Amino acid sequence: MDRNPIFSLRGVEYTYPGASSPALRGLDLEISEGEWVALVGANGSGKSTMAKICNALLIPTQGHCFVMGCDTRDEALVPAIRRSVALVFQNPDDQIVASIVEEDVAFGPENLGLPSPEIRRRVDRSLELAGLTALRRSGSFSLSGGQKQRLALAGALALEPAALLLDESASMLDPEGRLSFLSCLGSLKRSGMTIVQITHRMEEAIQSDRVVVIDSGRAVWDGSPGDFFDGEYEKWSFEEPPGIALYRELLARGLLPGGTLPDADSMLDALCL
Amino acid sequence: MQFLSGISLGQFIPGESLLHRLDPRCKITATFILLSGLFMASKIPDFAFWGIFLLSLSAMSGIPLGIILRSARPVLFLVAFTAALNAFWTPGREVFRAGFLSVTIEGLVMAFEMGMRLVFLVMFASMLMMTTSPMAFSDGLERLLSPLAKVGFPASEMAVMMTIALRFIPTLFEETDRILKAQISRGADFESGGLLKRARSFIPVLIPLFILVFQRAENLAVAMESRCYVPGMPRTRLNPLVWTKNDTGAILGLLAFISAVILFDRFALKSFIIL
Repeated sequence: MDRNPIFSLRGVEYTYPGASSPALRGLDLEISEGEWVALVGANGSGKSTMAKICNALLIPTQGHCFVMGCDTRDEALVPAIRRSVALVFQNPDDQIVASIVEEDVAFGPENLGLPSPEIRRRVDRSLELAGLTALRRSGSFSLSGGQKQRLALAGALALEPAALLLDESASMLDPEGRLSFLSCLGSLKRSGMTIVQITHRMEEAIQSDRVVVIDSGRAVWDGSPGDFFDGEYEKWSFEEPPGIALYRELLARGLLPGGTLPDADSMLDALCL
Repeated sequence: MQFLSGISLGQFIPGESLLHRLDPRCKITATFILLSGLFMASKIPDFAFWGIFLLSLSAMSGIPLGIILRSARPVLFLVAFTAALNAFWTPGREVFRAGFLSVTIEGLVMAFEMGMRLVFLVMFASMLMMTTSPMAFSDGLERLLSPLAKVGFPASEMAVMMTIALRFIPTLFEETDRILKAQISRGADFESGGLLKRARSFIPVLIPLFILVFQRAENLAVAMESRCYVPGMPRTRLNPLVWTKNDTGAILGLLAFISAVILFDRFALKSFIIL
């Protein structure tokens, strides 16, 4: 079944003002509705620039970025694009606007000019999805790092976007916080949301449907996590996730049935055997 | 060594008390009335009333008195400076003389009254900020200033700027504390030497602090833009401001209290002095 494209980047180039070389060099990429895509690549490869271009925060110097069919170059369409695509940054402290949890979550819907009961409904739903309902009246800055990151996620979800762009949003979390964050993303994916996750952590990439490697401003590899971790990741010097390492070791010792590398769920099933 | 600990100036303390629930417009108006009253009645015996009033506010808000008192700490230098000026330069009956400086009874009374007035002023203003979230405060201020929008005053933009400025207060303190500790761990000394040396030793703190704050402000601006904020566009509110009977009651109660203090100041005190 053909799914509608959410992001279509066609020959996108972007050079930061004053920079000598472009951050993106003719990036071509299409991401469809309901996909969970992990964007991986070294620092400075252009991943964050791509996320900002997909949110119309940066306009390509060459090429086009279409978000749900809307060209980000068209200023009149920018509000609609930002309503459809929410961006969560790496450092939650940089995106918290209000001092109270529920007031911060309400910031986006308030900007959309929605009536109060609708803002309330969105705030309630987003806080529930992010697991922050009990902390709704707490001070935003008194939250732990993991809670702040979930607050940033709740703020993005309150826009009720079709797609979520996560720019290393789990990188500041402890292992427990990361697990809870990933489980939240899993629920969102099951509800049909498109997720584009920029990450350096291979254990996060393995949870996605598709891995795209960005290198020097171009998409240089695109495929399933199974194919990526079946040796491809080594070409780009990524670390092998511990689960994959264990799986390979068990496979090598003949303790598990062979075949191609399975996805995360079937690998977990196999390991539990 | 504890740096910048216990600074509570401008910090909101979440709560569900009656004071927290009052409309921010009521609290802002009440604070102005209170500050005017403070300037109209600030003789030494009047401070007993202001003290009792502050105690009642502390009890009603559930904010410990210690935190409220601590909010005056950042202005203590200013208080001491003003008090000294008044003590030395007010003419009257001399108590003692040190060189060309003469301290008078009137000067001492004036110094005490000025100092106390400033301390209460800061504590009452802090009570407003401690019981009103920055978002509610800026909403209230925006509504109070909205008539000026008709003559082109950017009330809405000013309200957002105010929210951001208040939101940055704890961030500034945290970052300053972090940089201070980082510089100390690299051998910086902020405690020895004269005033000039100490002031100079803060340069390695101020430079990274400014850079960091500008970066933070830039990042926040991008994040706000990505959350659909457009300057000048009308915004709605999660909690629209609603003026209730409690707000009217609070203003009337405050006016009655202040009138009583002023009457005491003008008449009872005068009669007492005459007797």
